[in-house]
Amino acid sequence: MRPILEDDLHAYVDGALDDGRRAEVQAYLESHAESATRVAGYIQQRAALRAALAPIAAEPIPPELSLRHLMEARRPSRSVPWRMAAAAVVLLALGGAGGWSLRGPASEPMMQHGIAGLAQEAAYTYDVYGADQAHPVEFKAADKAQLVDWISSRIQRNISVPDLTTAGYRFMGGRLVATPYGPAGLLMYDNGQGVRLGMLVRPMTIDKTARMVEHTDGGVNGYAWADKGLGYSLVGSTSSDILHPLANEMRRQINDSI
Amino acid sequence: MSDMGRLIEPLIPALRRYARALMGDAASADDLVQDCLERTISRWHQRRDDGDTRAWMFTILHNLAVNRMRQTTRRGRHIELDDADESAMAEPAHQEDGMRETDIMAAVNRLPEDQRSVLLLISVEELSYADAARVLDVPIGTVMSRLARARERLRRLMQDDTAAAAHVAGRPHLRSVQ
Repeated sequence: MRPILEDDLHAYVDGALDDGRRAEVQAYLESHAESATRVAGYIQQRAALRAALAPIAAEPIPPELSLRHLMEARRPSRSVPWRMAAAAVVLLALGGAGGWSLRGPASEPMMQHGIAGLAQEAAYTYDVYGADQAHPVEFKAADKAQLVDWISSRIQRNISVPDLTTAGYRFMGGRLVATPYGPAGLLMYDNGQGVRLGMLVRPMTIDKTARMVEHTDGGVNGYAWADKGLGYSLVGSTSSDILHPLANEMRRQINDSI
Repeated sequence: MSDMGRLIEPLIPALRRYARALMGDAASADDLVQDCLERTISRWHQRRDDGDTRAWMFTILHNLAVNRMRQTTRRGRHIELDDADESAMAEPAHQEDGMRETDIMAAVNRLPEDQRSVLLLISVEELSYADAARVLDVPIGTVMSRLARARERLRRLMQDDTAAAAHVAGRPHLRSVQ
């Protein structure tokens, strides 16, 4: 018999064991009083937690969470901390323009500048191409040299493609995209489990050098920085904790390559 | 209603429950769920065909919740308990007995966020360990160790509360001696 481990005790509590293993854990608990006490406590705790939270799921769904309502009211722009901050500035400037809805369909995406603009473009670009199943990239990884030539010639700066394979992300390829400041390069990566990352790079006119900043657009997180006149933003619908070391690694490789 | 509606709608009660248990108050929880539903609708085509809608939506909701809590942390309204030692957290509860449901949520709210989310996803939302690992974007081993820590810490917190309640219950007797 395999030894009974802590994981088995929890799987026992959660009813996640097959019959054979469950019987083994049961036998183990009969002869291990300390574990049996703990497991009994966990089972009781699980039941108490479920009982305490069950009423929430039984509540009627409020109208603002009705799917029909949400699909009819699909908003062109989303509430984002820095975008909201910008909107607040506009509101102040307008002075008492009552009845404004920051979240309503009337609020157009506002143009950002500098590193915030780059972050916004990266998030938008990622929304479009990161979601694309058919043609996420125009040049595949195999045509990396052509892609690098193309982007470099259009943005008139030499770019390099950071390698994230040791972190588990494969280079997918990329494309040229449009921004309010002219062309930008988009490099895409994926981890083979459906998580895609996008890296936007373009020349900067305002923040030519900028420290790395975290940005977030709800489900899309990113890290943006600028160095020697080129701005970079790494974005993905994954946690900032995952993205941050990847962004650091990219910046390190880019600095080494120049 | 569309396929999308048929898959999403039954999940809304559980999403609301998870958000509220994580955030603490109903208004900000429902706000998160609304954001989550909007994102689900706009990214429906991004969903993997072989993927599980439930785990995917919990992922979106969880990421939104973490971002929201992180913003709150920056404003200094959240105490990070991960590094606090057990004795520092064992402050006596002030409730009398007979409020076990409130007690357990008070104890859950004293867990660090990463332990709380694992505990809720597995114990309450019944996600498999593999799905919880996907939602939280961590290896399954991390899910298991966080789950073990959460349950043990919660058990101790509840024990302390019980002891404190017994202590409080003993007080009238002491007073009557005066």
